[in-house]
Amino acid sequence: MARSKDQQTFQRLADQPPPVMVVGMLGWLRANLFSSLSNTVLTIVAIYLLYLAIPPVIHWAFIAADWVGASREDCTGGGACWVFVLARLDQFIYGFYPEPQQWRVNLAFGLLIVLIVPLFIRSFPYKAWLGFFLLFAYPFIAFEMFTGGILGLPLVTTDQWGGLMLTLIISSVGMVASLPIGILLALGRRSEMPIVRAFSVAFIELWRGVPLITVLFMSSVMLPLFLPEGVTFDKLLRALIGITLFESAYMAEVVRGGLQAIPGGQYEAAKALGLNFWKSMSLIVLPQALKLVIPGIVNTLIALFKDTTLVIIIGLFDILGAVEAAIKDPSWLGYAVEGYVFAALIFWIFCYGMSRYSQALERKLNTGHNR
Amino acid sequence: MKTFRALAASAVLLMLSIGVAQAGTLDTVKQRGHVQCGVNTGLPGFSYPDDRGKWNGLDVDVCRAIAAAVLGDAGKVKFTPLTAKERFTALQSGEIDVLSRNTTWTTTRDTSLGLNFAGVSYYDGQGFMVKKSLGVNSARVLGGATVCIQAGTTTELNLADYFRTNNMKYTPITYDKAAETVAGFDAGRCDVLTSDQSQLYALRIQLKDPGGAIVLPEVISKEPLGPVVRQGDDPWFNVVKWSLYAMLEAEDVGVNSGNVDDMKATSKNPGVRRLLGLEGIGGKGLGLPNEWAYNIVKMVGNYAEAFDRNVGMGSKLKIARGQNALWRDGGLQYAPPFR
Amino acid sequence: MTDKKASAASPPASKTAIWNNPTFRSVTFQVIVLMSVAAFFVYIINNTLTNMAQRGISTGFGFLDLRAGFGILMSLIEYDETHTYGRTFFVGLLNTLLVSFLGILFATLLGFVIGIARLSRNWLIARIAAAYIEIFRNIPLLLQILFWYFAVLSALPSPRQSLSLLDLFFINIRGLYFPAPRPETAFTAVVVAFVLGTVTSFFVARWARKRQDVTGQQFPVMLACLGLIIGVPVIVFAVTGFPLSWEMPVLQGFNFRGGLSLIPELVALLLALSIYTAAFIAEIVRAGILAVSHGQTEASFALGLRPALTLRLVVIPQALRVIIPPLTSQYLNLTKNSSLATAVGYPDLVAVWAGTTLNQTGQAVEIILMTMAVYLTISLLISMFMNWYNKKAALVER
Repeated sequence: MARSKDQQTFQRLADQPPPVMVVGMLGWLRANLFSSLSNTVLTIVAIYLLYLAIPPVIHWAFIAADWVGASREDCTGGGACWVFVLARLDQFIYGFYPEPQQWRVNLAFGLLIVLIVPLFIRSFPYKAWLGFFLLFAYPFIAFEMFTGGILGLPLVTTDQWGGLMLTLIISSVGMVASLPIGILLALGRRSEMPIVRAFSVAFIELWRGVPLITVLFMSSVMLPLFLPEGVTFDKLLRALIGITLFESAYMAEVVRGGLQAIPGGQYEAAKALGLNFWKSMSLIVLPQALKLVIPGIVNTLIALFKDTTLVIIIGLFDILGAVEAAIKDPSWLGYAVEGYVFAALIFWIFCYGMSRYSQALERKLNTGHNR
Repeated sequence: MKTFRALAASAVLLMLSIGVAQAGTLDTVKQRGHVQCGVNTGLPGFSYPDDRGKWNGLDVDVCRAIAAAVLGDAGKVKFTPLTAKERFTALQSGEIDVLSRNTTWTTTRDTSLGLNFAGVSYYDGQGFMVKKSLGVNSARVLGGATVCIQAGTTTELNLADYFRTNNMKYTPITYDKAAETVAGFDAGRCDVLTSDQSQLYALRIQLKDPGGAIVLPEVISKEPLGPVVRQGDDPWFNVVKWSLYAMLEAEDVGVNSGNVDDMKATSKNPGVRRLLGLEGIGGKGLGLPNEWAYNIVKMVGNYAEAFDRNVGMGSKLKIARGQNALWRDGGLQYAPPFR
Repeated sequence: MTDKKASAASPPASKTAIWNNPTFRSVTFQVIVLMSVAAFFVYIINNTLTNMAQRGISTGFGFLDLRAGFGILMSLIEYDETHTYGRTFFVGLLNTLLVSFLGILFATLLGFVIGIARLSRNWLIARIAAAYIEIFRNIPLLLQILFWYFAVLSALPSPRQSLSLLDLFFINIRGLYFPAPRPETAFTAVVVAFVLGTVTSFFVARWARKRQDVTGQQFPVMLACLGLIIGVPVIVFAVTGFPLSWEMPVLQGFNFRGGLSLIPELVALLLALSIYTAAFIAEIVRAGILAVSHGQTEASFALGLRPALTLRLVVIPQALRVIIPPLTSQYLNLTKNSSLATAVGYPDLVAVWAGTTLNQTGQAVEIILMTMAVYLTISLLISMFMNWYNKKAALVER
């Protein structure tokens, strides 16, 4: 009796599938959206709100929108009138830059892209030289291409620059110039020489304490009052100086954060090797400090990029200025939303791209300093 | 150390050496090769960039006339668009050579801001614009209204005076630019838009429905508008003043851009010959070539042409000459004799 | 240290050239810096004075007592065109402070909600919060202000077609109108009760903490304080016979009269400032909470503290130490950014004082200096607070 039972050999059954509520789609939904009563309520409310918000936006922006045409009469769909943006695209990008000459802008920016791409290729051997060229030679080449007046290119003065082109020029010059000034100020603020330190602190706090608008107002209309009679220089250049000094104060604070985070042993080791101040800074301390504060630097650069919009208050036509002028054109009245959405999209793409790149860079350069 | 000291010394020297070069505006302009002219950020008829960035308008033509007189080329002007708030600071500081931006001549501005008004290019007066749907046809019943104004103008002051003398209350909404003022009025943010009458007509064509707004009959102030220069630079002041007068005188003696070459060749009229630099003092006293006024008329035209093209019947604004007709046609425009 | 001793010990006959002596070099360098900065300022000031004298620009602060003669859209203190230029300074200053204060309030509330939502276990909520942050912090503030003002608010109806809520609140293009409380004399009693309640609850809280330290017994502080601060004034309010009337906004002539109103310029500026700054605050809050290690929470649970208490007694105090310094700098940014008001016509300091007043008087140097001084003062005050807080936080650390 018992034996017959014993003869039943143990047979392994096939694995049971895990409970349907734990894995797969349903499991994910339960864990992430409906894990408790309050979570369920939140999810449902959020879905309802999204339902209220997203379909009308999509309907407005795509389904009912008009894309082709030449005047406001072509906007009949009841949705967004992208015809307006497309009709003015030229001005949004180049401002008042004369149309036959716009290839110069395209060429200069194209060249920039061609030159920058190798910097992102890991195995490219001449990075240092290329970087050097980009920082010290390219700006002059680009400037000559934009202004012309040489090699038979017609002169295009800076008051004709505008749109996205101007935004990019102001922000890239600001970015390139504010970092070195910021580093010098940060070093000055941590200097052992009391007078140098006092000046750095005063400079940084002064610029950080006042709004950019007043700085731009000063640089655009008051500056000639501070200079001897007859000495003037370009309005764009003055705006550039204002923005650069303003942002370099912020940059200085970011860099200072990095300098403070470097252990004192590094400074002492550099001294022990007999390096002088500039060598110990440029070879030992700054490479480590700057790596630490890349997110901060990029955040400052993003802020700078967004701050360039303020130049419309002093009468330069950056992309927002071009949009502002276009939406108040009598033949296109009533399409303010389209104009602003377009400008917002452009800014968003640049800023978001920069922030993603900084995150990637941070991961790449993370060589274990986050102990 | 020596290099340090040498560097510091040369830096100080450099700073000081910039300070030595001082010249009057006229010389600076001749040397620089263009006139830097402050204009409105956008006011149809007076100064307005078209969609290619080319500036047009009566105020702009005054700048062109100055360039034609000084440099012999009406195209050698650079325009600095300024809001009402920035304009005087920009002129005081030297940022611009001349401000031609529908600016009213007042005592305060002429005496305490360090400025000189070089004449009147347009006689204006402040008025009100309302929507027809409001059912108002006099400024006297505007008590309690919300009013859109441009910041930093005499308009702001006149408005306050007008409402106070008539015992009415109002809410001012002050924008930086004319375009914003129109946008606010168009959207219904305010009941009334107040500005100089000429501007009201100019701004009306920027409305979504220009026919839906009317300009009220009341004119509450005198607004003589004209080009402004810095005080204490008399040669330049003279150039600007007489450039404007040359346009008026040309109309007076019947010279225009079409017939100026014929006139120059054939006219026996001493008035015409003096204007065109064939007789008399020419440009000597101004430090300009003798054909300075000829250049103005040839390149820009006389006052009547500029008026008609920009704000008069030849333009969208269709403003009658009115006060701006020559004195012999019953207006106020009058050039001192050219002799 | 040793370095100095060595150089002090070695006689001046040392072989190092004088320009290789660090002390000498640092002193000379500093003297040069000092001299060039001084020369720079002398040069600038000299130029400015010469230019101003040459061009006959009036100087000095005499204009402050002159009659201004222009109206201002909104003023927290009594102002009309008969007041002086000096007063326009305070009108602008107060408007700046008002919009900054309200902006800080809303941005903080919104920022904390979004920052916590960003860490929510609920996937959808966390995604929405992340999308909010990424969208709004990557679009320039000026663009957002213009968008709200010229695209959204100008689409509101005219006063005669106002949207209304229960006939108490009205929204139209002229602003948001709501009933204004008009307290009668007996209302003072309610205010007194409120003040007394607040003061008492402060002492109650101290006493309760002391008692808990000594005896370990807990006292329902929260409830008691609520009762004292809200309950008592409400009772007094009822006893005195509800001495408060409401003034309703009524459509009259061109517009609504009576009641309280918020002008659209303020609303647009506030919306943009709060939404923009909230995106940054949310990231700060998230970072602050993540900075508190999970072990702290687990330890607190192990001690038997309930989740709410854990949050209040363990997580938040530690997170705040990370949150407060960047938060104050966001507050400072918001205050400075409020100067963009001039783009939509809200009469803040820059629009009224550095705008209209500057233009009417033409005294740019004086006015811009005063404006910058105001913002510098605010920023220095905030820096002082930061330093004070950092010291306090450092003391708490054991």
